[in-house]
Amino acid sequence: MSDRARMDMAPATPSDSEGEAVSIDAPGVYYKQLNEQLKRLADEGVKEITIFGLAGQRYLGTNLRIPVRILMHGVPGNDLGAFMDGPQIEVFGGVQDGVGNTMNEGSIVVHGSAGDIVGHSMRGGEIYIRDNVGYRVGIHMKQYEDVRPVIVIGGTAQHFLGEYMAGGVLIVLGRQLATDERHPSHYIGTGMHGGAIYMRGGVKGAFLGQEVGLVPMEPEDEELLEAYVRTYAEHFKMDASRLLDRPFSKLVPLTKRPYGRLYAY
Amino acid sequence: MTWTGTRMGIFQENVYNDQKVFDACGLFGFIDTSGCKHNGTRIVEAITNMKERGNGLGAGYAAYGLYPEFSEHYAFHVMCQDERAREELDTYLRRHFAVVHDEPIPHRHVEGILDPPVVWRYFLFPQSAQMVGRSEEDYIVHQVMTINSQLDNSFVVSSGKNMGIFKGVGHPDEIAEFYKITDYEAYMWTGHTRFPTNTPGWWGGAHPFGLLDWSVVHNGEISSYGINRRYMEMHGYLCTMRTDTEVVAYASDLIMRRHGLPPEIAAAVFASPLWDEMEEMSEDEKHVYRVIRQTYGSILLNGPFTVIIARAGEMLGLGDRVRLRPLAAAVNEDILYVSSELSTISLVDPEVKDSWTPLGGEPIVGRLGQKPKVPRAHRADEEVVKEEALHV
Repeated sequence: MSDRARMDMAPATPSDSEGEAVSIDAPGVYYKQLNEQLKRLADEGVKEITIFGLAGQRYLGTNLRIPVRILMHGVPGNDLGAFMDGPQIEVFGGVQDGVGNTMNEGSIVVHGSAGDIVGHSMRGGEIYIRDNVGYRVGIHMKQYEDVRPVIVIGGTAQHFLGEYMAGGVLIVLGRQLATDERHPSHYIGTGMHGGAIYMRGGVKGAFLGQEVGLVPMEPEDEELLEAYVRTYAEHFKMDASRLLDRPFSKLVPLTKRPYGRLYAY
Repeated sequence: MTWTGTRMGIFQENVYNDQKVFDACGLFGFIDTSGCKHNGTRIVEAITNMKERGNGLGAGYAAYGLYPEFSEHYAFHVMCQDERAREELDTYLRRHFAVVHDEPIPHRHVEGILDPPVVWRYFLFPQSAQMVGRSEEDYIVHQVMTINSQLDNSFVVSSGKNMGIFKGVGHPDEIAEFYKITDYEAYMWTGHTRFPTNTPGWWGGAHPFGLLDWSVVHNGEISSYGINRRYMEMHGYLCTMRTDTEVVAYASDLIMRRHGLPPEIAAAVFASPLWDEMEEMSEDEKHVYRVIRQTYGSILLNGPFTVIIARAGEMLGLGDRVRLRPLAAAVNEDILYVSSELSTISLVDPEVKDSWTPLGGEPIVGRLGQKPKVPRAHRADEEVVKEEALHV
């Protein structure tokens, strides 16, 4: 059988179609077929797609440049929304590594925890993670003029948060931390040379990366935080005022070229 | 035994024929700490769901509680290049052990699996006169090393009691079908799909690697392999499988069986805390970790890795210190899962509610008879709050 004929037999057929909303069953469907189908439905003008039974299909939403809403059940695979440019993804459960890798525009909302390198090289758009995240979140995020990516994390982050970060905003709320408890992340902002990290409550100075420093909050920082924390609270039906109840620590890079002299002689 | 109980229908079918272009390795393991046995369906389904982490150049499974009818005898799973090599091995084994039973490992022809070796299993035990002063286990280690390094074209791939390793060159579903993995029952299973990077994809180089009842599956690359291998050679362990992972199996035997370290301490040998993390510890802790690092510096594993190390009744999931390879863990009642990907755990056990991401270097240990728990540091906040309320 030719590859063409086999692709025509793609099993991912819409199981429920109601005008502008469509749902898809994902079990047994390979990620490329799923992405092709998402693209086809979005191009046809479908406004909302619900996917059931995901089990590790990678790169979902990667080729979409249309502001379609995609609701996901089950666990999508690595690089969810990689290179995505406009859609709004909402996942009802946990996600794996590489969420929003080099994402350009749109939003990803996760009702659970995420793995490593959330927002890897992210260039724009917003990511909201309800609970905790893994290592190297925000690694090499960047921004250009006012195109600025934002990641809001409700729980805590594991180590190397904001590693080599070049721009954008990382907000970590540490919801489960007691008032005087500090964030457990080590080596925050290692190699960071742009952007800002805001952490609700205190951080252990000994575990900051060498290239990052604590600076006082300015009124515009408070404004920015209030706006994104309110959006986070709306997504997960929480009380925003409780999440804004204690001071934040602001971390910024000490220099724009931390390794400028390292290899020079 | 028949090919039953699979749910092959739910596997994602790749119609693009590009399954050789992917990267990384995939691993999965679970232990039912109640001792209840599960057929191979779950492990096959799990590893096959991560098929795209491998590229068809190696896959395998380890099963514990496999041979209750021969539970007192060492089960040698062997691979021989041809029947002549097996005859030579057969003679060797009968000269050095009392062989209780032997047979071909049941297998079938599978499309895509080319030129398989002769796969055979021996149930045997050493007689005291043969061991000349060695302990039974040390004698087995010595004989396995001798066979693997000196007999041409024959390799012992597992040599423990009541367990066995099944592996070869192929995708995980193909290897499972070749060995009829779903026919077996075990209380603990580990599985692997391989993407060989620096070393050849050959039958002996597939994972798991084993010695006695140890089995190791690994994702990553052990940059310290050279120094690790030389250290193990000084202790009588010879690396013959042409890839880095086997050193972890031998090192596990050295430090956990011969030196008696518990897996929690072994984790600090393989993935020692960083020096500046030690600075943050209490004086006692600092002393312990410093001594471990000074004593076992030569088998510190450097580079990116995630491993599942198993032996009878125990499973250890461990990642490198700065987590350069993924590891997810989950608990459902008596079962502890570790996996390269969370989605696979949810797929094979949709009832799982408690999952977490262990820190780099943090040991995840499951033991027969001990109900697994989510470590406190990884529990969701609501639960911690609830538990704290109970203790007030």
